[in-house]
Amino acid sequence: MTYIAKPKFHHPGLKKNELGYTHRDYEGKISTLCAGCGHDSITASIIEACYELSIEPHRVAKISGIGCSSKTPDYFLGNSHGFNSVHGRMPSVLTGANLANRDLIYLGVSGDGDSASIGFGQFAHSIRRGVNMTYIVENNGVYGLTKGQFSATADRGSKSKKGVTNTDNAIDLVAIALQLGATFVARSFSGDKTQLVPLIAAAIRHKGASFIDVISPCIAFNNHAGSTKSFDYVREHNDAVNRLDVLVGRDPIAVDYAPGTVQMVEQHDGSKIALRKIDADYDPHDRLGAQTFLARHAAKGQIVTGLLYVDPDAEDLHEHLNTVETPLNTLEADTLCPGSAVLDKINASLR
Amino acid sequence: MPDKKPISSVNDFVVRFANVNGSGSASANEMFARAILRHGVPVSPRNIFPSNIQGLPTWYEVRVTEDGHLGARGGVDMMVAMNPQTWDKDVAGIEPGGYLFYDSTKPMPSTKFRDDITVIGVPLTAITNSTYTDPRQRQLFKNIIYLGALSALLDMDPKLIEQLIGEQYKGKEKLLSSNVHALHLGRDWALQNLKCPLGLRVKKSDKVGDRIFIEGNSAAALGAVYGGATVCAWYPITPSSSVAEAFTAHCKKYRHDPETGKAKYAIVQGEDELASIGIVIGASWNGARAFTATSGPGISLMTEFIGLSYFAEIPAVIMNIQRAGPSTGMPTRTQQCDIIACAYASHGDTKHVLLFPEDPAEAFEFAAAAFDLAERIQTTIFLMLDLDIGMNHRLCRPLKWDDAKQYDRGKVMTAEMLEEGRDFGRYLDVDGDGIPYRTYPGTHPTKGSYFTRGTSRDRYARYSEEGSVYADNMQRLMRKFETAQDLVPRPLQANAERPTKYGVIYFGSTSPAMDEAIGLLEARGHQLDRLRIRAFPFHSSVASFLAEHDFVYVVEQNRDSQLRQLIVNENGIDPVRLVPIVHYDGSPITARFIAKAIGDHQDHLKVTPLRKAVS
Repeated sequence: MTYIAKPKFHHPGLKKNELGYTHRDYEGKISTLCAGCGHDSITASIIEACYELSIEPHRVAKISGIGCSSKTPDYFLGNSHGFNSVHGRMPSVLTGANLANRDLIYLGVSGDGDSASIGFGQFAHSIRRGVNMTYIVENNGVYGLTKGQFSATADRGSKSKKGVTNTDNAIDLVAIALQLGATFVARSFSGDKTQLVPLIAAAIRHKGASFIDVISPCIAFNNHAGSTKSFDYVREHNDAVNRLDVLVGRDPIAVDYAPGTVQMVEQHDGSKIALRKIDADYDPHDRLGAQTFLARHAAKGQIVTGLLYVDPDAEDLHEHLNTVETPLNTLEADTLCPGSAVLDKINASLR
Repeated sequence: MPDKKPISSVNDFVVRFANVNGSGSASANEMFARAILRHGVPVSPRNIFPSNIQGLPTWYEVRVTEDGHLGARGGVDMMVAMNPQTWDKDVAGIEPGGYLFYDSTKPMPSTKFRDDITVIGVPLTAITNSTYTDPRQRQLFKNIIYLGALSALLDMDPKLIEQLIGEQYKGKEKLLSSNVHALHLGRDWALQNLKCPLGLRVKKSDKVGDRIFIEGNSAAALGAVYGGATVCAWYPITPSSSVAEAFTAHCKKYRHDPETGKAKYAIVQGEDELASIGIVIGASWNGARAFTATSGPGISLMTEFIGLSYFAEIPAVIMNIQRAGPSTGMPTRTQQCDIIACAYASHGDTKHVLLFPEDPAEAFEFAAAAFDLAERIQTTIFLMLDLDIGMNHRLCRPLKWDDAKQYDRGKVMTAEMLEEGRDFGRYLDVDGDGIPYRTYPGTHPTKGSYFTRGTSRDRYARYSEEGSVYADNMQRLMRKFETAQDLVPRPLQANAERPTKYGVIYFGSTSPAMDEAIGLLEARGHQLDRLRIRAFPFHSSVASFLAEHDFVYVVEQNRDSQLRQLIVNENGIDPVRLVPIVHYDGSPITARFIAKAIGDHQDHLKVTPLRKAVS
C-alpha cells in the first residue's frame, strides 16, 4: 500500500537515540507484503538495530534483488538510498556500490530464491571477496511473489501448500557462507526479535562480509503442516547456541552477566559483542567447529541459530585491493588524470 | 628463375609470417614491423591467430606501405613459411612473382614449390642447432635468425634493429647481446649465401612523422584512466581481456598515491559478465566512474542489466571488442557484428548510445568521453571496438589531452542544492532535455533520497503502475535519447572532387580500407562522397547525407548489414537506396574488396537505360 502516505506526526514523548532520532526516523513506507509476513518482522528488527546503533539513516545504502524480501528495503530507512536491482544480482550491485564509496554502510537484503537459486553464484562470490556488508537472506523456502513454488532452501521431503513433496536437496546458505570465508555468520528466526536485533546490530558493526540467514515463514504459501519453514516447525526445532548484546562505545561494559556464561568479542571498530552462551561447548571463533556443529545438528533436524562464527579481525575487499581511504566517487580529474605531460611521455614510448 | 617476373617494389609490399602458436615468434615478428617503422616507413601489422595457446597455426602479416594505407591489403608478396602444417596453403597464397622464405635444413621435394615465385631457403634449424644446445633457446633464437636474414634480403638497416633490441632488453645485457648475435648470424648467412637485396626493399623515408604505434585495447584502457574511471569489473573473454589487463597496468603506473602507495582505483575480475556489469551499475549508481570490457557473448549475458541501466537511468560504460558471432562464433576473428545487439539491447523499448572509434587514437578519446557521456545522459554508453583495432598495433596520431578539461559529472544534486530547497524529483525533466537530476547515496540526512528500481515509477521515483505515468516516463526517455544526438561525436563527411549522386557510409575499423578504396574507385572513374558515422543515435547530418544522394553504399563487417538496418529503421528511409556492402569472413575488410564491390555496382548502374538507347 505504498500509495497510502504514512503520517509523519508522532507522539512527542517518543524515545530518541544518541543522534536525536526516534524510531520513526528509521521507518520507511507502509509494507505491501501480506499481513503477518515474517519479512515485516525482519524489517522491524532492522529498524530497531539501526535505531539502537544510532546510525545516521542516510549513511546506509540498502540494496536488494527481486522478490518479496527484496521489496522490503522500501519499508525501512526512508531517508536512505535504496536500490531494488535485478533478480539474484544484489551482491554484484552492492559490491560495486561499496567500491565506489567505502564510507557508507551497506545492507544487502535478499531472499532464498534470490540468493540460493538464481543468485547463488553472486552470493558465493561476494562472500569470497569479503565485501564489507551485512547480507540478510529472508529465507522462507518458497517463491512467494509467484505463488508458492519451492526454492532451493526448501528441505527435501517438505510439502508445498498444494501437497507436492520436494525431492531436491536443500542448500544451507549458512554452511556455504562458512565454507566461503564469511567473517560473520549467523542464523536467526523472524519470530525471535530478541535474538535477531542484536545479531543485525553486530553484523552492521562487523567489518567484512557478514551473513545472516533469517528463517522467515511465508504465511501465504509455506506455513502449513509438512512445511519445515513454518512458524510452528521452526519454533519446535530451533536450537540457539547463544544470545548476544551489542555494546557500542557509549554503553557501560555490562557486568550483570553470570560469570563464565558470557564471552566478550571485541570487533574491529571497538564495539563489543557480549555472547551469552546457551551451548557451553560452542566456540564462535572456530570455523571448522561451526561447520561440524551445523552439519551434526542438521542431521538431527535441528535448526541452529545464533552467532555461529565471527572473526573480529577480518579484512575487507578494500584492504585486499589497497584502495585509498577517500571514497573513489569523490575523486576528480586533479587526482585521477595523469595529464598531458605524462601522455607526451607515453606517446614517445610508442614510437 | 621463376617463370613470372619477380615482384619489384620499394616500401610497398606485404610480408606474411606463418608460425606455430606458442613458438615465441610474435616478438620477433613485431620487431620486424617496428624496425620498418624506424626506417620512417609506415606499416600495418595484423595478428591472425587461432583460439589456442600452443600448437595451432598463427600468422602475422605486415603491410609495408609508404603511402600509409593502414587497412589490410589482401594478397601476400613474401611468405615466411615457418609452419609445415600450413605449408601448402601458405605457398598457394603467394602472389605470382612473389617470394617464399623457408627453412631449408631439410630438403623438400620440388612439387612442394611453385614455378612462378622466388624461393629463398635458409637452413635456419642447422644454423640454430650448431650454435645453441638448449631447446628453448634454439626455438626463440631461430625467430631472431630469420629476422636477421630478412633484414639482409629486404635491405634493412641492421643498426635500427639493434637499437630496438637494445630498448627491449635494456638492463638485461646478456639477453641483449645474445639477441644481437642471433640477428647477425642470420644476416651474415644471407649476405654470404644469397643474392641480397631482393626486388622487395625497405628504403628510409619520412612518412611516419610523430605517429605512435599502439593497440586499440591499450589505448581504450588509457582513455579510461584519463577519463577518470575508478572501478573496473570484467570477465576474461577474447578479444577484450587485454583492455582490463592494460587498465590494470596503466593504473599501477599512474594511479597510486605517491605518499601512501594506495590505489585510486578498484579492479575486480568478476565471476562472470553478469557480476561485472552489476558491479559497474552499483558503482555508477553510487557516483563512481565505472566500466567493463567484454565481447559479444558477454553482451548477451549483460542485457538484463543494460535494460536496468536504461530504465533506472544509471550510467555505465561497456567496451565491446567485437568478434565474429553468433554463439561462440570465431573468437579470434574480427567483425562489426553487435551493432543491433547493442543498439537495442534488453527487453522492452530500449535504445543505447554507441560510439564507433576508427583507430586507437579515437579509442582513447572516445573511451575518455564515454564517461562524460554516461554521467551526462545517465545511461549505458557502448564503446564499439573490434578485434582488428583492439588487438593489433596500429599507427595513429599521438594521443592528446587538454589539462584544462574537467570531467562532466552530469546533473547531480548536491546537499547544498537540496538545502536551498530545490525540488528534487529523480525522474523530473527540469530542463526539457529529458535528463533528470540524480543524487548520490548519503548526500543529505533528510532530503534527496530515493528508491531506485527497474519497475515503473512516477517523476518522484514513487512506484506506479499507472499507464499514463509509465508512458510519460517512456516519452521522456525518448526525449533524452534525442538530446544525446547532439552530445555524441558527429559524423565526418568528405566529399568527392566532383559533385556526385553517390555516397558511402562506413564506420569503425573499416576506415583505413575505405580511405584507400576511394583512391582505387576514383582511378576507375567513380566519385563518391563519404560519411563516417562515429556514434548512434545518428546526428541529423546522416539524414541530410541520405537525402543528398540517390544511392548510398553502407560498408560494414557483418552479414546482415546491421548499420544499414539501423539507419533504415531510425530514419524511416527507403531501403532500396541503401546498398549493403558486407564483408564477414572474419578477416579485416580490404580496400580491394570495397573497391570491387562498389565499382561493380557502379558499373552496373551506368548501363545505358533502354529508353535512352532507342531514342
